[in-house]
Amino acid sequence: MIAILPFALRLACWLLLAPLLPGIINRVKAWVAGRRGPPVLQLYYDLARLWQKSVVLSVLASPAFVAGPAVAWVALVAAAMLVPLGPAAGFPSFQGDVLLLVYLLALARFCIAWAALETGSAFEGMGAAREVSYAVLTEAALMTAILSLSVQTGSVTLNTMLAHSSGPGALLLAAGLFSVLLAENCRVPFDDPNTHLELTMIHEAMVLDHSGPPLAVVLHGAALKLLLFAVLLSEAVLPMGRLAPLAATAVLAAAVALVTVGVGLVESLLARFAFRRVPLLLTTAFLFCLFALLLAWKGGAP
Amino acid sequence: MNQTLNLLIGLAMGLNLLALGSGRLPSIIRTVAVQGMILGVLPLVMEPGFGWTVSAVAGVTVGVKGFVIPTLLRRAMRMANIEREVEPFIGFVPSLLLGALGTIGAVAAARALPLLPEHARTLVVPGALASIFTGFVLLVGRAKAISQVCGFLVMENGIYLFGLLLIHSTPLLVESGILLDVTVAVFVIGIIVDRIQRAFDSLDTRKLTVLHE
Repeated sequence: MIAILPFALRLACWLLLAPLLPGIINRVKAWVAGRRGPPVLQLYYDLARLWQKSVVLSVLASPAFVAGPAVAWVALVAAAMLVPLGPAAGFPSFQGDVLLLVYLLALARFCIAWAALETGSAFEGMGAAREVSYAVLTEAALMTAILSLSVQTGSVTLNTMLAHSSGPGALLLAAGLFSVLLAENCRVPFDDPNTHLELTMIHEAMVLDHSGPPLAVVLHGAALKLLLFAVLLSEAVLPMGRLAPLAATAVLAAAVALVTVGVGLVESLLARFAFRRVPLLLTTAFLFCLFALLLAWKGGAP
Repeated sequence: MNQTLNLLIGLAMGLNLLALGSGRLPSIIRTVAVQGMILGVLPLVMEPGFGWTVSAVAGVTVGVKGFVIPTLLRRAMRMANIEREVEPFIGFVPSLLLGALGTIGAVAAARALPLLPEHARTLVVPGALASIFTGFVLLVGRAKAISQVCGFLVMENGIYLFGLLLIHSTPLLVESGILLDVTVAVFVIGIIVDRIQRAFDSLDTRKLTVLHE
């Protein structure tokens, strides 16, 4: 009973707070552009509305069309539960759970891409191809970042890895992980979440034919992934383990809010990059993480 | 002192990679100028006390590398009226990876060198080697004459950084002579760029391999 209560609390925290982030981002974008913008809770309304709608199924689609988003959502929730949330340590915690995190994220991506291919439409196929080809580069950067954290702390358990600050390479790691966050969540320099031109979208192109509850699950999963990466970034850079529980919660909330506002600002101030420039940017993110790894490995002054 | 020194050289090494990754001539010129200025300040950081010689070297280097040379290059660009895009032989991603590999290799190679104990813990030698390598990649991997000049300047920055190890034993005359040489070289290249542009209607150095009459 005692173990279940914090677990349920953490789960509720992840599930209920996640849709807040896209709302904040849209609010920041509206504020920079001088508009009033949608309410911060807009995604909650959208999810509720989508949940009540019926599903339009293509005659071509196999059951994987519905199962894909569901499995992806479960994988993302499981990945989120592995990550400690400020003072609350990740509960299913064991030696090497960070590898499980990487694999769960990959599983979620695979399922969404599979469901996209099930529609038999060329646009979805194109979106899926783009998503997985960018993922090759972002995953390299993410794994390098994880490797540098693990070298820094000498551990492969998320609870210990994220408790300390990442040392002298923190700034490099922050820059690298922020680029990974933008690329993984299809934010602006890589993909425009607002665009409705099928030729230029990535994530949105994949889910064009989803409707009703499956679309709600996809949207909620995307918001969850954004929160997951924001928490990961904040905890990798800040020394969470050294703070008192209440202070840690406050600091984490502030850091996540800061990252979210940062995403909104990037989105308002930058234009989307041309496709051929994206690999360059992702390579730069990879190099940031690589140099953070080198710094962690060789200590401050080589 | 070593912390500040390493931070500045680390910044210069980051700028190396930025120069490799940028696709526009003005941004490469700006990057090289900032790198020159950062390296120009280094003698002040390396010396504990205030000395006239060192301050003069630092001031003149910052002035020449940060303002005079970029102005010359920008003027050459404006006069020759060329497009701002860099045309790479070696793509941006491969050259970035090459640069990163070179940087890591430079750090590793500097460990193997028998350095003086006071230099062994600083990034001076790795920074110098990495800059020389980056300059080399820029020289070989870019088609336009102006970007090749930038590669030459990055290479010169690396050699200058190496020379800082001997700051006590080299006379002021040598430092100022090198600076003067570089300035004159860039000045001459500015004129040559204009001539190339008039003769070939392009700054693409690939066209210079074919002889006319």
